[in-house]
Amino acid sequence: MTTNLETAAHPEALRRVAIDPVSRVEGHGKVTILLDEHNKVHQVRLHIVEFRGFEKFIQGRPYWEVPVMVQRLCGICPVSHQLAASKALDAIVGAKHVTPTAEKNRRLMHYGQILQSHALHFFHLCSPDLLFGFDSDVAKRNIVGIAEQHPETAKRGILLRKFGQEVIRHTAGKRIHGTGAVPGGVNKSLTIAERDLLLKDIYQMVSWSRDAVHLVKQLHHQHPELYNSFGAFRANFMSLVGFDGSLDLYHGRLRARDENGNLLFDGVDYQDYSQLIAEEVKNWSYMKFPYLKSLGTEKGWYRVGPLSRVQNCDFISTPLAEIERREFVAYSGVMPMHAPLGYHWARMIEMLHAAEMIKDLLHDDDILGSDLMATGERGFEGVGVIEAPRGTLIHHYRVDEQDLVTMCNLIVSTTHNNQAMNEAVRRVAQQYLHGHEITEGLLNHIEVAIRAFDPCLSCATHALGKMPLQIEVLDAAGINLSSLSRTSEGVLS
Amino acid sequence: MNQDKLDTFTLDGQTIPFSAGQTIIQAAIAAGVYIPHLCFHPEFKPHGSCKLCTVKVNGRQTASCTALALANLVVENNTAELNNERLTLLQMLFVEGNHFCPSCEKSGDCQLQATAYELKMMSPHFDHFFPDRPVDATHPEYLLDFNRCILCSLCVRASRDADGKAVFALSGRGIKSHLIVNAESGNLVDTDFSSTDKAAHICPVGVILKKRVGFAVPIGQRRFDAQPISATPHPIAKGDA
Repeated sequence: MTTNLETAAHPEALRRVAIDPVSRVEGHGKVTILLDEHNKVHQVRLHIVEFRGFEKFIQGRPYWEVPVMVQRLCGICPVSHQLAASKALDAIVGAKHVTPTAEKNRRLMHYGQILQSHALHFFHLCSPDLLFGFDSDVAKRNIVGIAEQHPETAKRGILLRKFGQEVIRHTAGKRIHGTGAVPGGVNKSLTIAERDLLLKDIYQMVSWSRDAVHLVKQLHHQHPELYNSFGAFRANFMSLVGFDGSLDLYHGRLRARDENGNLLFDGVDYQDYSQLIAEEVKNWSYMKFPYLKSLGTEKGWYRVGPLSRVQNCDFISTPLAEIERREFVAYSGVMPMHAPLGYHWARMIEMLHAAEMIKDLLHDDDILGSDLMATGERGFEGVGVIEAPRGTLIHHYRVDEQDLVTMCNLIVSTTHNNQAMNEAVRRVAQQYLHGHEITEGLLNHIEVAIRAFDPCLSCATHALGKMPLQIEVLDAAGINLSSLSRTSEGVLS
Repeated sequence: MNQDKLDTFTLDGQTIPFSAGQTIIQAAIAAGVYIPHLCFHPEFKPHGSCKLCTVKVNGRQTASCTALALANLVVENNTAELNNERLTLLQMLFVEGNHFCPSCEKSGDCQLQATAYELKMMSPHFDHFFPDRPVDATHPEYLLDFNRCILCSLCVRASRDADGKAVFALSGRGIKSHLIVNAESGNLVDTDFSSTDKAAHICPVGVILKKRVGFAVPIGQRRFDAQPISATPHPIAKGDA
């Protein structure tokens, strides 16, 4: 499954091209490419160069502080971290099952997050690439350009995201970094006024979400060769699946399939994740490389996120999303879809599912209940897993008798996808880089492949596709042969 | 001599009545006027340490929690000059400890944070000290998070004057001043601290915390969510008796 482009045999004789930082993704990552004198690609790496350290500095803190603290990992998907931590810490307070009101408010918060995150990713970050072309005019390849050329699409993207944020605000107290989920339950339920406010717009959101699926589906049908082959590679895939085999983004059991879609394991209690998954460390990235222990580091890496989830489940419980899932699976044929651009299609199906789930929950009176907290026998270790917008998110804590955290292990979605993103970048480098002069449009092809995964180095810092970018071509002696830079205003020089 | 005239002073031009023995801040609070403060509490003798309540009395600066109200004083309080100095004091308090509001359960219910909002503090300005202050979680019901201590001594005074104990004390001098508890082990569990003590409910920041409460109060229902700290001349903490 791998391209053997991770490490060149003689890097000292090659010239280096760097994309630093990768743009329209969160945080700080870079891509380095080593080429020979014929522009043949010998090595491609996606490096994550940020160091966070949450696992360390959470140690010694009281456990009830954890969900609110660890959500600061991210500005786009804080709800996922808050919920995964709360689920893990439910075990500490002995809440084997939270109350129906607590679970439904947590789910509502989560689907709000899925909706706003998926809308942000598709409309704000990726639609410029997909609607204008990967190497289109860089000055217009952003959400402002979309607003000018496709104003209705831009408006829907903004309003879908806004609605998701409002769902979060009403369940967590704030649009970003709220406090709704706590160990053992939630600290508030929806009021009737809040529910009615959300009900007013939800039907429009369901309709627009379905249109978004149709839009991305249309792109696949219009350009099948591009969409089916761009950066494509075969991989194992994993996700949570509901106890009944449905797509369940909040709770369930772990299921993994191989590249042909055959089950590797199924029905695994995520409390036992450490028996299945290990993490490899490589000296060129701060991000670890998870793999399935049973298959080892070479063959055990896997993909998570929408493309995995939509193909891993047996069905989707909401009717409109299920129709779209079936069409997606039929389009793929006998074998699973592995093309990175398929992520966008799957992501929009999930957005539609999230909108439908929000609608259903708003019609459920449990959402208004007052029984918020559950307790039980005190525990000392807990694992919480949730399907975050970008994929499977694992939180694992140990807490001592004085209520302080002694161990924390987080495996975030983007970490699961580390090897997969590297493979996608290598494929694109092979497909598009050979013998070409470096251009901004060409480099954007590399970034398009990364963006398809919606990496969570992707959350907070991108600003309408105008992240500064620097590319340098060095010879074997490190001499700068040529360079290209893009300012935060989008100016090339 | 007219007795009525003797019983008032002016605070930012407003006439404030007072009775004999009242301090300037006590008289101001009684009249519904807010003077920023942290270590002052109406139930305890003034400590005069935070200096946030500094006002100008007849042109000279003094702590309004220790200065007695006198007839015909001209007191300045809400001025740009004084508020700028208060802001600097606040910024120094923030950098001396580890005040991480984003993950603090007292956020929205914290006098330090609320006062910083009141004085429009936008950044800590100074370099952070990042002191290493492990929490004391030895007590089964209460947690001490020394990271947030501003040395106001309210717990010291409450334990001594209201509870008749001596659970808390300030130790060290100058920049090395720190809160300690009265046990050979240095641990709260080995003191005679009780959850019913006044000292357990007096902390204006997030040092003395009832365990396992955390973020039980949702955003929007916390003490300073509805109105700023200046709306109540002295915000009595929820746990205050």
